[in-house]
Amino acid sequence: MEHYTMNLTLKVWRQKNSSDKGKFETYQVSDISSEMSFLEMFDVLNERLIKEGKEPIAFDHDCREGICGMCSMYINGRPHGPWQANTTCQLHMRAYKDGDTIVVEPWRANAFPVIKDLVVDRRAFDNIVQAGGFISVNTGNAVDANAMPIEKDKADAAFAAAACIGCGACVAACKNSSAMLFLSAKVSHLALLPQGEPERKSRVLKMVQQMDKEGFGACTFTEACEAVCPKEISVTNISRLNKEYLVAGLTEDKG
Amino acid sequence: MLNSKIPAGPLDLKWTDYKGHCKLVNPANKRKLEVIIIGTGLAGASAAASLGELGYKVKAFCFQDSPRRAHSIAAQGGINAAKNYQNDGDSTFRLFYDTIKGGDYRAREANVHRLAEVSASIIDQCVAQGVPFAREYGGLLSNRSFGGTQVQRTFYAAGQTGQQLLIGAYQALERQVALGNVTQYTRHEMLDVVLIRDKDKNGNEIGEPKCRGIIVRNLITGELERHFGHAVLLCSGGYGNVFYLSTNAMGSNVTAAWKAHRKGAYFGNPCYTQIHPTCIPVSGDHQSKLTLMSESLRNDGRIWVPQKQNDNRKPNEIPEEERDYYLERRYRAFGNLVPRDVASRAAKERCDAGYGVGSSKQAVYLDFAAAIVRYGKIECGKLGINNPSAEVIRKHGVDVVKEKYGNLFDMYEKITGENPYEVPMRIYPAVHYTMGGLWVDYELMTTVPGLYALGEANFSDHGANRLGASALMQGLADGYFVIPYTIGNYLADEIATKAISLDDPAFVAAEKAVSDRIEKLMSIKGTQSVESLHKRLGKIMWEKCGMARNEKGLKEAIVEIQQLKKEFWSDVRIPGGINEMNPELDKANRVADFIELGELMCKDALNRSESCGGHFREESQDEDGEAKRDDAHFQYVSAWEFKGESDWQLHKEELNFEVAKPTQRSYK
Amino acid sequence: MKWSEFFTSSVGKKFVMAFTGLFLISFLIVHVGINACIFADLVDDTDNGEMFNKAAHFMGSSYLIRIMEIGLFVGIIAHIVQGYMLEFQNRARRKQGYAVSMGSQGSAWYKKSMGLLGTLILLFLIIHISHFWVPSRITYAETLSEVSYYNGKPMHDVFSKMVEVFKSPTWGLVWVILYILGCFSLAWHLLHGFQSSFRTLGVHNKKWVGVVKGLGVAFSIIVPLIFALMPVSIYFGWVTNN
Repeated sequence: MEHYTMNLTLKVWRQKNSSDKGKFETYQVSDISSEMSFLEMFDVLNERLIKEGKEPIAFDHDCREGICGMCSMYINGRPHGPWQANTTCQLHMRAYKDGDTIVVEPWRANAFPVIKDLVVDRRAFDNIVQAGGFISVNTGNAVDANAMPIEKDKADAAFAAAACIGCGACVAACKNSSAMLFLSAKVSHLALLPQGEPERKSRVLKMVQQMDKEGFGACTFTEACEAVCPKEISVTNISRLNKEYLVAGLTEDKG
Repeated sequence: MLNSKIPAGPLDLKWTDYKGHCKLVNPANKRKLEVIIIGTGLAGASAAASLGELGYKVKAFCFQDSPRRAHSIAAQGGINAAKNYQNDGDSTFRLFYDTIKGGDYRAREANVHRLAEVSASIIDQCVAQGVPFAREYGGLLSNRSFGGTQVQRTFYAAGQTGQQLLIGAYQALERQVALGNVTQYTRHEMLDVVLIRDKDKNGNEIGEPKCRGIIVRNLITGELERHFGHAVLLCSGGYGNVFYLSTNAMGSNVTAAWKAHRKGAYFGNPCYTQIHPTCIPVSGDHQSKLTLMSESLRNDGRIWVPQKQNDNRKPNEIPEEERDYYLERRYRAFGNLVPRDVASRAAKERCDAGYGVGSSKQAVYLDFAAAIVRYGKIECGKLGINNPSAEVIRKHGVDVVKEKYGNLFDMYEKITGENPYEVPMRIYPAVHYTMGGLWVDYELMTTVPGLYALGEANFSDHGANRLGASALMQGLADGYFVIPYTIGNYLADEIATKAISLDDPAFVAAEKAVSDRIEKLMSIKGTQSVESLHKRLGKIMWEKCGMARNEKGLKEAIVEIQQLKKEFWSDVRIPGGINEMNPELDKANRVADFIELGELMCKDALNRSESCGGHFREESQDEDGEAKRDDAHFQYVSAWEFKGESDWQLHKEELNFEVAKPTQRSYK
Repeated sequence: MKWSEFFTSSVGKKFVMAFTGLFLISFLIVHVGINACIFADLVDDTDNGEMFNKAAHFMGSSYLIRIMEIGLFVGIIAHIVQGYMLEFQNRARRKQGYAVSMGSQGSAWYKKSMGLLGTLILLFLIIHISHFWVPSRITYAETLSEVSYYNGKPMHDVFSKMVEVFKSPTWGLVWVILYILGCFSLAWHLLHGFQSSFRTLGVHNKKWVGVVKGLGVAFSIIVPLIFALMPVSIYFGWVTNN
């Protein structure tokens, strides 16, 4: 792998707090190594801003290995940048070349208000999970783990859905700001497992209700969410959610 | 002095006996008792959920934007449990024994045995919560083997076991939030604990100060808040970021534990650090963190360096006979599968001697070429392909390797831009886990009454070296199955204690101290960024208190760190304001504590002049360069009491091995 | 769960879109089948719209069909109203938009343009209804001539109306082009709508999603193509009244 350095123009959304209007600021960064990660490039810029007596750019990040779901930049018109199945923190600068201009925006959705610069509030996702994204089993109630065999294909499908890291890229990419990919991943994960059976109907009804309350839009199957999902969660899960909702909605009297 | 409160009786009955006799709190009283939990990783989330289920009023705090983001989520490999589903001779005793031995006989027998006992229940609980562990075609759970053991007892969910377990605990936690039993505070960081003495009828203070609350900073608004709790649980993880570069998350920090330490909680074995052998090497000064490649790769990868020093040829141009498979050479019996500490030291030894590879020369090769050919031949045999060409063998071999390790290879390629199917991976050891932590007794209580430490934040179960797949087990054991019993034993005596007013002088004073410190930090207005000072601390720690330590280096490090501390407090520059979101201020608060911790780690490492587990003192090695433990002088836990700035007093908890008799570890 | 809640949640609203959409798709099958009767003239030059007129007469004179026609209008209106409501509600979920839009990254343009395509179809429908439905149901006395075949009852000569519209020396070409554009809009709308409605209603197995997607592509090409061929055939005189 040939390494190189580059000079870039960055246009970054700056917003002091949630009530500030916010605007784009342009920064020139130079001598960026192709081996750096995208966030390390931001570290370099921030160090410079601090030296210059300016405020560094606030952005969410934590594990920097693509699993915690905290990083959340919308880069040149795409959540998490140009690479497939990738998070912002895993994006590396070799994706760019000398002279490129990169526009970085926060996730945009009413349900994800901007807190500062590129940091948004994603508590809506926690609220959706609180509405029913769990199996009600108190500690100590469990039977032996092998007491209930689970078809491998179903277990694998449940795992594929459970791979969701809750980053919100699906919402950021969706023209409707819909959280259906996130929601359907959770509903599918639990609906596919026998342990999730007792609450299967009430879960999907309550979670959809909460999603609507949080101000997310409806799904129109544009599949943009699937295209940007760092964990490649399939829109098939949305169909499964719809089936769960249809059956539950037509048969449940309560809820 | 130090009372570890280990129950009497035979080892395998201690926990049963404890549970049978500990005090209980009746449901009506539980509703009146408030518990504060710091951190929402495996230990914190499982504790918050379990205590909420029991009926306690719980407040759970995390600095991330959601409890689900805690760094437990990044654990890849798996979780151990003595289920013996494979019928390969596993048992509670074996898991206990392997863990004690793996920890190089520096852990408490009673704690480790309890961990092994509850391990099976953890798997049951997780499956019931919907954790999608890997399964066989028959629908039953699958297991794999991990370093340091001879049985298959590791449960896993592809390379995302930590994530799946944390999501399970997170779901249980969110359920309790929905039920109103737990209140969740995200983007809040604990900045101090509040200790208050009980009062008698006449209002006179009696007894020892107990932990009764915390001061937290709301990271969005910058406001300081006071919270009362009858007990406080620190589940705030490890402190590997003291080295600046580690596999920890960027936000992982020691602050909560350190504040507790400064208020009287002893710090146990601070110098015990796990350096993981298979991480992606540093690529330059810009590096902000390191990424682990799962230990499972060593099952099939062969580790080597060139036989010539400073060999600049590409790896594929170096012929077989000019390669040094140094682990296979040095450790015939275990080869590439020696424990983490041994593999790490061996890599460092080669690189220091000038045999390192890559542009930095601080890396060794992890090569899958042999595995690809081996698997390729097996596949060709299965498919009935006679006399396959090398190309065909390779194709089939790559497919097998891809299925086993595909996600790890992809991750490697994303970071380095190199295709590990074509060229060997470059790896180097990196700080991964800290076995040390707040000293706790058998009930997980620190030396401050009412203040507990769970998971990586405590020192208790891994001795001087943690085995793979044991961290997840310990975090969940503490949260699901230990603390629900042991906390009752304390809180049963607290039912008469009313919620203490947040205007109590102790709360006011604690908040003032925190606010003063923040103002002091902000008023320095120096020239150096927090990041640059943190980097310098990391460099000192890595070079002098890293994989190999010696008296001279440690003494130098202590002086350098004290100097750095002065520089920090006189020249740090923190932009922005106090009453707003200010990540630089958050970082400064954390780095200030890391600096103090760094000094203590060096002091502990200096005191422990033996080599054990992850702690390698160059003065204590045999003629082959292997670690030499010194049971006669160091079979104890070092518990450090904070006395004042740069001033600690050492307390020793002697370790008694009644069942697992210490032997020198050998992997040759 | 109450019915009102069921149909007013975000998923429920999509059910309404999918149900009505599928209903309209089934109508298209009948519609294209009946109208394709004009092509009888291609094989039998003396047909001159007879087959089509008979079929149209049957549709117009059956009470059952007339009742279903009401249902059809209800379906169309529900689809339109719900569609617009969803479109506006969804757009309002992002008050502040992006400076750089995603464009067609990860999602084809027509999947994101169902509102626009639907609007074009609506405009087309207004023209189409005023051309044919209004004359044959309301203003037939003034606008339609009558024919009778084999001593049968006299019936409306809708076919002649078609020829009149598309062969009009002044507007004929304009109508033909507008009809073709209408058919294109319909094709793109169906290309997404057909498979999406099944998936909205919960078809999620890989096997069936494949079938639905395949059928959807075929349907979205064949049906609008046949529709488009009608004005074209008349305009070019392939199908004639003599």
